[in-house]
Order: sequence, then C-alpha cells, then structure tokens
Amino acid sequence: MKILSVIRQVPDAESSLRAANDSIDLSNTRLVMDTMDEYGVEEALRLREAGSGIEVIALAVGRASSEEILRGALAMGADRAIHVKTDLVLDPVALSGVVAKIVVAEGVELVLCGGRQTDWDSEALGAAVAERLGWPQLTWTNELALKEGALTGRHDVDEGSEGFTVALPAVVTTQQGLNEPRFPTLPNLMKARKKELRTETLEAYGVVPMVRAVKTEIQSRKRLQEITVAGDDAEGAAAKLAGILRTELKVVA
Amino acid sequence: MILVVASYAKGRLSKATYELVTAARQVGSEDAVGVLVLGSGMDAVAAEAAGIADQVLVVDDAAFARYSPEVWGEAVATVAAEGEAWLVLIAASRSGREYSPRVAVRLNAPLLEDVISLSRDGGNISAQRYSFLARATETLMVETPVVVATVKPGIFAAATSGETPGEQFEVEQRVAASRVKTFEERVDASSAVSLTEAEIVVAGGRGVGSAEGFERFIVPLAEALGAAVGATRAVVDAGWRPYTEQVGQTGKTVQPKVYIAVGISGATQHLSGMNKSKVVIAINKDADAPIFKIADYGVVGDVDRILPALLEKIRG
Repeated sequence: MKILSVIRQVPDAESSLRAANDSIDLSNTRLVMDTMDEYGVEEALRLREAGSGIEVIALAVGRASSEEILRGALAMGADRAIHVKTDLVLDPVALSGVVAKIVVAEGVELVLCGGRQTDWDSEALGAAVAERLGWPQLTWTNELALKEGALTGRHDVDEGSEGFTVALPAVVTTQQGLNEPRFPTLPNLMKARKKELRTETLEAYGVVPMVRAVKTEIQSRKRLQEITVAGDDAEGAAAKLAGILRTELKVVA
Repeated sequence: MILVVASYAKGRLSKATYELVTAARQVGSEDAVGVLVLGSGMDAVAAEAAGIADQVLVVDDAAFARYSPEVWGEAVATVAAEGEAWLVLIAASRSGREYSPRVAVRLNAPLLEDVISLSRDGGNISAQRYSFLARATETLMVETPVVVATVKPGIFAAATSGETPGEQFEVEQRVAASRVKTFEERVDASSAVSLTEAEIVVAGGRGVGSAEGFERFIVPLAEALGAAVGATRAVVDAGWRPYTEQVGQTGKTVQPKVYIAVGISGATQHLSGMNKSKVVIAINKDADAPIFKIADYGVVGDVDRILPALLEKIRG
C-alpha cells in the first residue's frame, strides 16, 4: 500500500517578511518544510512502522529549491520522492489537480497533507484532492491508526471533536498535536542521498493557476506601545491598566 | 444569482449568514440573493432566512441531519449549478472551509478563502484576504464565470430584513451518504461569551502557570469584563483549557475590540489568530516577549501579582 505525503516549502514562521510588487519577496527568507505538512510525513512513517508493506512517497510541487524539503522528508525516512518543478504559484484548487493525477498514476490509497498552509493560510488542499478523487476526507486530525484497510482516529470539528472510522482510500489533513516529527539522523541523511527523487515538469499535468495575486502588503498597523514596567509596584501598574480599561477603552463601568 | 449557504445552530441562523448576505448585496447589487438552507427540520431557519433573502432554497431531509463535507460539497454544488449561481458564498468557519473546496472543484471554479473584501469589476472578481499567518494582506483576482468564496466572520455588517420576505422553494436533493462513520462526539465546554463574537477576550498562555491559575486569574477577569476566555496552543495541549478556547493558526481567529494577553509570549502562530484585534493589552514578565511588539498597552510584571491587583481595581 502506498501513502503520499504532500509537502510544501514555505517561509519559516519566525522569519521576517518583505513585500515586493505583487507578492512576498522570499529571496532572503529562510525556507522550510511547512510544519503542518511535516506532521503528515511523520504520521506516514508511523503508519508504515506499525503496519507492513507500506511505501511512503513524498511529493512537492514548486520551485527548484523544494528539492531541499524532499531531501528532508527522505532523511526522515520516506521511501522515495517526486518533485514537480514549477515557478508558477498554484492556488490550492489548481494544485489539487496535480496531486490527484499523481495519486492515480502511483496507485496511492492514503494522502496526507497539512491542515493549514503557513504561507497562504489556506485549508483547501486536502478537501480539493479528496473531491477530485471522489474520496472521503478527515481534516484537523489528532489521532490516527490504520488497521485492515481502515483508518480510525479523532479530529477537531467546529465546536469540539469526534472519533471516526473510514475505509481507505482517504485524504487526511494533519496538525500540531498529532505527533512529534522526528529529526533526521546522520545515517538516514546519508541513506537519503541514494533514495529516488524523481523530477517532473508541471507542463505534463496541464494545470494552470485559477487565482492571481495582484497585490500583497505587509501589515504595518501602528500600535501605541505604551509599556509599563511594574518592577515592585504591581499595584501601580494594575491601577494604570484599570484606568486605561475604564477611561480610554471604556470597557469597565 | 448569488448563492449564500446558510449556517445555523439550534434552529437559528448564525450571525455569519447575515454577514454573507451583506457581502452578496455589495458585490452584486443587480443580482438576486438566494439563501440555501440545508438540513433537517429547517422550518424556523428557512423562515428566518426569508427575511433577508430574495429567495430561500430549502433542502429539508433526514439525509442532511448531520453535517459532512462530502454530502455538503455535493449538495451545495448541485444547487449552485441548477440555480446558475455565478457566486457561491460560504461562512469561513472550520466546516465551511472544509467543504468549500469540494464545491469549487465540482463547479470547476476558483476558491477565494477567508476573504475580508469582495468586489466585481466587469468580469473580474477581486478579494482581499490575510496570508502568511495573517502577517500580510493579499489582493487576489479571478476571471472565471463561477467563483466560490468563504467569507471571514465579523468583517461585514449583518444584513437587515427587507420589507417583503423572500419566496421559499423546496429543493429535492439526492446525494450519496458520507463514508465516514463518526462516534464519541465531544462538544467542548466554552465560556458564556462566544469567543469569535466577543468584544473583549481575556487570553492566557503558559505564563498563567496552571489550570488553577486560569480559574484564579483569567476566568474571573473575563467574567468581570463580560469577556470570552481564550488560550494558547501550549495551554490547550497541557490540558488546562478546552480546544474551543484556542486562539491561533490551529484554533480560532478573533478580532475583538480589546484583547488582553496574559502570560502569552506571542509565537507567530498565536499572533495570527489575534493580531487584527483593535486594541491589544499584554501582561508578561519577559520584557522581550514578541507579544509586546504588537501591544498597544503592556505591563511587564508577574501575572501572579498584577492580576489580583487588576481584578480588585476593576471590581471596584
């Protein structure tokens, strides 16, 4: 059985951002595997370790440097990787067309991807892939187990959570709390260099972006920055704050 | 037609539905606005929707008693196609964002997610939304005959009732049942005030110290201010507070008038859920905590000492 873990290269969450024309300039930004996707790679490896005859394939669709995150997934333990190279920015619905075609071509039965992208704040990829394949989906998953061709687990919903079971094939989106992704060990880093990393071009998939970004601005909301250091005077600092709540913000009667 | 998908709870339309109707009226002043009510036992919800819509399309069937992304995706797309809707608007709740991509794929339409503005210029639709963990605002453009969008709650004003109620139509839908079996549904207890609709949020982080610290400081302060209680991921992971109170990338997005962050250092993932708050007040013992960079007012000091004093002064 094959599991496909879809990963994306995004700016590190703690790095600073710079806008240039219609998009974010990433040229001087540290790029990493989206942590939300990393939980998917880890979960795929755990399912493989708990089962038998499972192959884990990592997929990235994106710029040339996406090869780095695929090498990272291979070093974590993925069996092989596919890189669909493109400098085009694909919106998640367009991207799902590429993913679905690879799923069919490879005979994949379980697709894992992050629940929310760190760059576009999008939650659409998993559901869009599932719809293209006519598969069920489980989003915001906290627990996952695979037994006799069926997934069992728990996931978050609007106002709480629920347990679920579903027969494969399926798409599952991952999030923090599902697992703790492993760090690649040195032997695995060495091994990863010998693993298959297939490169393809986007043209072969006949997919074009459906959404165009025409402008991107960094928030530059000025905050008042009136900071009080309490020191030993907690009473004084609290009194000042209470005064602000009462007279400036008028939220205390 | 612009199709608005109603969201509701306990037999009442949710505020988000009223906001979607406003968004629809703004983007298409010439268009009829149809509200789709999908569920089981929908009489009251449909009647309420008639107050703000030109038409109400009612799919009332036991097969829709329970939400499922597969079922909702198929039904909404089918009704949109039959009604020749050029725009489908869905509330950007967790469930709305979960099934809307299915609607877009079925309609071969682009998806604009969690938008804060929407406008039409000839055949172009443009929308603004936050991205990069809500650190950037992007303007997107699409030029397709059909567009699906999810709209961020709390941005558009609520629509007011028209003079003549919209006409109601019963719509038959036959869709395949979901293949997912669910069990052990848990509705997390939440504070008296809804987190996403609250005007004031009092949120705590690891610096609050313990679950008991929340009971001693955060909950009473929220009660005194009529505020909702919020929490960081770390606090929820530690089991101090329920997941429904989580604010941030993997929790809720809030934009209250006043956000009081207590013992929260301010990881980017948390900030993405609250950095659109009008006024941010931070209380933290570490003067270098990133939360102070986005604070309007701040106190550098011990939560254990500041909070009891603050509570006393607010209670008068």
